[in-house]
Amino acid sequence: MENREKLLEIKNLKQYFNLGKPNQVKAIDGVSFDIYKGETLGLVGESGCGKSTTGRTIIRLYDATDGEVIFKGENVHGRKSKKELMKFNRSMQMIFQDPYASLNPRMKVADVIAEGIDIHGLAKSKSERMERVHELLETVGLTKEHANRYPHEFSGGQRQRIGIARALAVQPEFIIADEPISALDVSIQAQVVNLMKKLQREKGLTYLFIAHDLSMVKYISDRIGVMYFGKLVELAPADELYNNPLHPYTKSLLSAIPLPDPEFERTRRRITYDPAVHNYADNEEVTMREVKPGHFVYCSEQEFQQYKAKNKS
Amino acid sequence: MSNILEVKDLNISFHTFAGEVQAIRGVNFDLKKGETLAIVGESGSGKSVTTKAIMRLLPPGNSEIKSGEILFDGKDLTKLNDRQMQKIRGKDISMIFQDPMTSLNPTMTVGKQIMEPLIKHQKLSKAEAQERVIELLKLVGIANPEARFKQYPHQFSGGMRQRVVIAIALACNPKVLIADEPTTALDVTIQAQILELMKDLQEKIDTSIIFITHDLGVVANVADRVAVMYGGKIVEIGTVDEVFYNPQHPYTWGLISSMPSLDAKDEDLYAIPGTPPNLLYPPKGDAFAPRNEYAMKIDLEQQPPMFKVSDSHYAATWLLHPDAPKVEPPAAVKKRMKKLPGSNK
Repeated sequence: MENREKLLEIKNLKQYFNLGKPNQVKAIDGVSFDIYKGETLGLVGESGCGKSTTGRTIIRLYDATDGEVIFKGENVHGRKSKKELMKFNRSMQMIFQDPYASLNPRMKVADVIAEGIDIHGLAKSKSERMERVHELLETVGLTKEHANRYPHEFSGGQRQRIGIARALAVQPEFIIADEPISALDVSIQAQVVNLMKKLQREKGLTYLFIAHDLSMVKYISDRIGVMYFGKLVELAPADELYNNPLHPYTKSLLSAIPLPDPEFERTRRRITYDPAVHNYADNEEVTMREVKPGHFVYCSEQEFQQYKAKNKS
Repeated sequence: MSNILEVKDLNISFHTFAGEVQAIRGVNFDLKKGETLAIVGESGSGKSVTTKAIMRLLPPGNSEIKSGEILFDGKDLTKLNDRQMQKIRGKDISMIFQDPMTSLNPTMTVGKQIMEPLIKHQKLSKAEAQERVIELLKLVGIANPEARFKQYPHQFSGGMRQRVVIAIALACNPKVLIADEPTTALDVTIQAQILELMKDLQEKIDTSIIFITHDLGVVANVADRVAVMYGGKIVEIGTVDEVFYNPQHPYTWGLISSMPSLDAKDEDLYAIPGTPPNLLYPPKGDAFAPRNEYAMKIDLEQQPPMFKVSDSHYAATWLLHPDAPKVEPPAAVKKRMKKLPGSNK
C-alpha cells in the first residue's frame, strides 16, 4: 500500500454553499483522503451527504471553500493559466448519473464524443477525428454506424456508453463516475460495470465511483469511503469495510441493504444510527484515525482505543 | 386463500405514430387476500402498464385494452364506466407512486390531501376526517401530526413525503394496494424504514399488495410471491423461495446472476447481452430468445406456454418441455438452487 503512487490527495476539503448567509450549508466539511493510481475508490452515503459535491469539487466544477485537492503533485484549485487548465481538464473527466440529461439532444453522437478532441486539438484532420470517434465507439461496445445518430435514438445503457466514450476521448488518467449506473436497469447495470472494469484494466484508469447501491460499489471498488453529513466517517478496503465495519453509521448503512436472498431477508436485523451515541465533548478532537493499516474511522481518542481493543480480540 | 384480484389474458396496446405497441401480451395472474405479489422486470417490460390498467389510469386517447378481464370482487374492471371506477379507485384499490416529490400537490397542505379520499369515499364530515388524518399520520410514523397536518409537501423530506403518500393510499383501508417502485427514489436507510412500515401496516389492515420494483433485494425482503415480466408477458411466477432458489426461466437466471454477490470479486459480472425487445415489432417466438444463450430453434418460432413446475410455480420456457435437452444453469444460479428449502432430498 505504502509504495503505491498517490494520484490524488484531498486535504481537509471544505465546500460551503451560501457562505455567510443564514442558509449556509456545509456540504463537505473537512474531508481528507488519497486515491492511488489504478485503483477504484468507492464513495457511498445517503443523498445530501456530500458525495456528489465531493466529486464535483475535485474536478473543479465548484471552487472549494477551503482545503486542497492535489492531483499529481499540483493543486487543482490554485490559480491556473488557460494552458494549465486545459492540461488539467484533459487528465480528469467525469461520467454523469443521468444518461438522458447529460448528452446534448441537438448534437450527433460523433460530435458529442469529439467535442473534447476538438477543444484539445487531438485530431489533425477530419478523417482522423472520425477515426478516433469510431475507435471510441467500438471500445465501449457500440458500432461506428451509431456515430451519425442523435442521443434520443439510444436506450439508457447505450447512452451511458456514449457518456463513457466522451470521457475517454481525451485519454484521461482519472475518471469521476457520479452514480453512473443508478438510472439503468439491473441487466444493463452489469454491462456498464463490466465495461468500466475492462477499460480500467486496459488503460490503467483510476476511478472515483460515487454511488448509493452498496453491493455494486463493493463489487467494483478496491477501497470504499462512507460519508455522512459532509464528513467522511470511515475509509477501508472494500472487503474489510463489509466484514468489519467500525463506525456505527457504516453498520446501520450495511444493515439496511436488502440482499436478493429471501432466507437472509427473513432474518435480517436492521441497526439504526443515532449520532447522539458518540456524545463527543466540546473540546474532544474528533478526526480520522487509522485503527488498522488502511482502515480509517472518524472518531474521538476514546472511541479509537475502543475500536482498537475490539480489533485485537 | 381466496383470490381478491384476477387478471386474465390481458392484452394492452398503445397506438403511437410509429404504429401499434403491444405493451402487454397475454398476462395472467391472481392476487390472494393478504399477500404481497412482487412484479419484477426491466423498464418497458409492462409492469407499470399492468398496474395502471388495474387502476384504469391508462391514457384514454391512445391506449386500448384489446382483450382480457380484470376481476375484482366479481366485477370486471375493464367493463366499468368512469363513474363506477371512481368509486373503486382510491377506496378499494389504491396506489403508491414512485416519486414522492411529484405525486403530492405542492399547493395543498398535507392534511387536506389525506382528507380528500376520506370525504369523497367514506363521506366523513370535515371534523371526523381531520381526526382520522391525525390517526393516519401517527400510523405511518410521522411525529407531531397535529403540526404536520398544516404543512406543505416541500416542508417534508423524501422519506416523510412517501409516508404521506402511503397515508393517502391507506386512508380508506383498501383491499388492494399497488405500490409502483415506492422506494426507488429513496436512500437505502429510508427504504428499509418504508419497507418495514408497509409490512407492518399490511399486518394491521390485512390488505393485499402488488409491489412493483426492479430491485431483487427489495423483492426478497417484501414478497410472498414473485412474477417476473419480460417483453409484455409474465415469464415466471412462483413463491419467493421458488423464484430465488429454483428459478427456471433463463431470463430469471440472468437477472439473478447479474447481481453482484457480496463475496464475488475480480470475475466479470454476468451481463445479459443485448437490449430488451421493441414491442412495436413483437417477436414471433419467445421475446427473450435473441438474448438467451440457451435459446433453441423453437424459441424463435413459437411462444412457449406456461409450464408447471409446482402447484405455485410456473415458467414460460421451452426448456421445461419434456423433449427439451437438459441444460446447466449458470453457476450463480446453481449455487442458489442448493438453498431451496426442501430441495436436499
